[in-house]
Amino acid sequence: MRADRAGGTRHQQPLPEPRLQVNPIACDARGLCIELLPELISADSWGYPIIRPGPVPLHLQPLARRAVAACPTLALMLTTPPG
Amino acid sequence: MTAHNSAVPSAGQPAGPAPGELRLIVRDQPLSLAEHIDQYGPLPAGKHGSATLIAEVERSGLTGRGGGAFPAGRKIRAVAEASTRTRSIRAVGASAARGSVAKASVIVANGSESEPVSSKDRVLLSHAPHLVLDGIAVCASAVGAARAYLCVGHGAAPIAQFLTGAVAERNRAGLDTVPVEVIGVAGGYLAGQENALISALNGNAPLPTFVPPRPAERGAHRRPTLVLNVETLAHIALIARFGSHWFRTAGTPGAPGSALVTVAGAVDRPGVREIPLGTALGEVLQRSGMSQPAQAVLTGGYFGTWLPLPAALAVPVSHEGMRAAGAALGPGVLAVLPEAACGLAETARIASFLAAESAGQCGPCRNGLPALADALNLIAFGRPGPDIVGWVQQLAGLVTGRGACHLPDGTAGLANSALTVFAADVRAHLTAGPCTRAGGPPILPVRARGAS
Repeated sequence: MRADRAGGTRHQQPLPEPRLQVNPIACDARGLCIELLPELISADSWGYPIIRPGPVPLHLQPLARRAVAACPTLALMLTTPPG
Repeated sequence: MTAHNSAVPSAGQPAGPAPGELRLIVRDQPLSLAEHIDQYGPLPAGKHGSATLIAEVERSGLTGRGGGAFPAGRKIRAVAEASTRTRSIRAVGASAARGSVAKASVIVANGSESEPVSSKDRVLLSHAPHLVLDGIAVCASAVGAARAYLCVGHGAAPIAQFLTGAVAERNRAGLDTVPVEVIGVAGGYLAGQENALISALNGNAPLPTFVPPRPAERGAHRRPTLVLNVETLAHIALIARFGSHWFRTAGTPGAPGSALVTVAGAVDRPGVREIPLGTALGEVLQRSGMSQPAQAVLTGGYFGTWLPLPAALAVPVSHEGMRAAGAALGPGVLAVLPEAACGLAETARIASFLAAESAGQCGPCRNGLPALADALNLIAFGRPGPDIVGWVQQLAGLVTGRGACHLPDGTAGLANSALTVFAADVRAHLTAGPCTRAGGPPILPVRARGAS
């Protein structure tokens, strides 16, 4: 029997949730990420980003990807933990 | 002296040093290769094949003695596996063409010991070089390494020369299959950090790097790299001979084996000693002679934690024992602070040292550590407002976990433990200004080490 295509569901394991990560050596405190994703990123006393711990919620993932793309020093990353 | 291994039983392993006997540094002078083999017997030929050795180290429960206390067996296995993957791809290196086994990985023996109070690695290397070199040989064959580096610290030129001689002695005896190069690592406090070491070996600045990739995946020369502290390697040399069961005859089930510790500060006989892990702190300090009244002990080095005395005398000296007490054994530093000194002044000086040692690569560390050091100096030597304690705690929280290496975390931990252990002193300083003890000479050295 064929898999149920009408349902459109591919029953895979739930995708590992992406997390935001900063390469602190590359980060230069340009602050774009803080502007673009205030829900998850705030500035410390010197303007460097503080990332809210935990996975990026689904509804914020497009914004997170945009913040990653906007980082001029390529310091912000969206990473998926292995497994 | 060598009765325990003069007659090797036909079945099973030769017996290692008996419980209570010293394992790593058995004499107060360097052991030549002949004396070393007389003392411990030769390495078992062919027995340290990859699978056997790795399983034996895993069973031994040996953890890294450089500070991180990561399980050594797991670290070796990770490199062996990464090395196998590299081999099957056959993508890199002239050695891939050499023969049946492409030896892809690299061993880095870390004896750089940049922790100012620690001297156990230098003492080990200068007394038992062949234990460390045995450990390198055993690990090299377990992970399929093609070359090895033995890294010693800044200002350690005589030791580097001595070790190069020991390597040559082994080459003449045809012992090592993998070439070992002795390297003097220049640089400051961070130069001994694993990734900084690899960065230096790759011809870059000796500074921490952002991980991943981890050294086990891609390290020196972009190859899988096994970085182990020299003391860890010496223990592996003994496990390869006498087995994991013997290793566990010292220490506790949760913290097996022995370890080298450096006892410093207000004791009569400071220096390096080997202890079974789990020995009570009080016993270790007594053996070093505690004739002057002491108020606290700094455990784990400048990255470490203050523990109050006499309350902490019963704390077991092991990674698990220290962790339960809210501290860490780190590379085995125990520095005793006498009653006559000011813990806040010592902490402020160490924090200034750590801030100055920041590589300045990461913003939170570059900005946060000087601010933290300033605040601690204000408490120790100045006239701070009442909100200074909250400011220190806030800064400590702000820098923690936000560097490429653990320098900010270590500095924050030191500051927080000082506020706790010296809480009464903090109150006194806030109300009456710096105590008279704060003006005394430093107990703990904060200048960069010379050749000593």
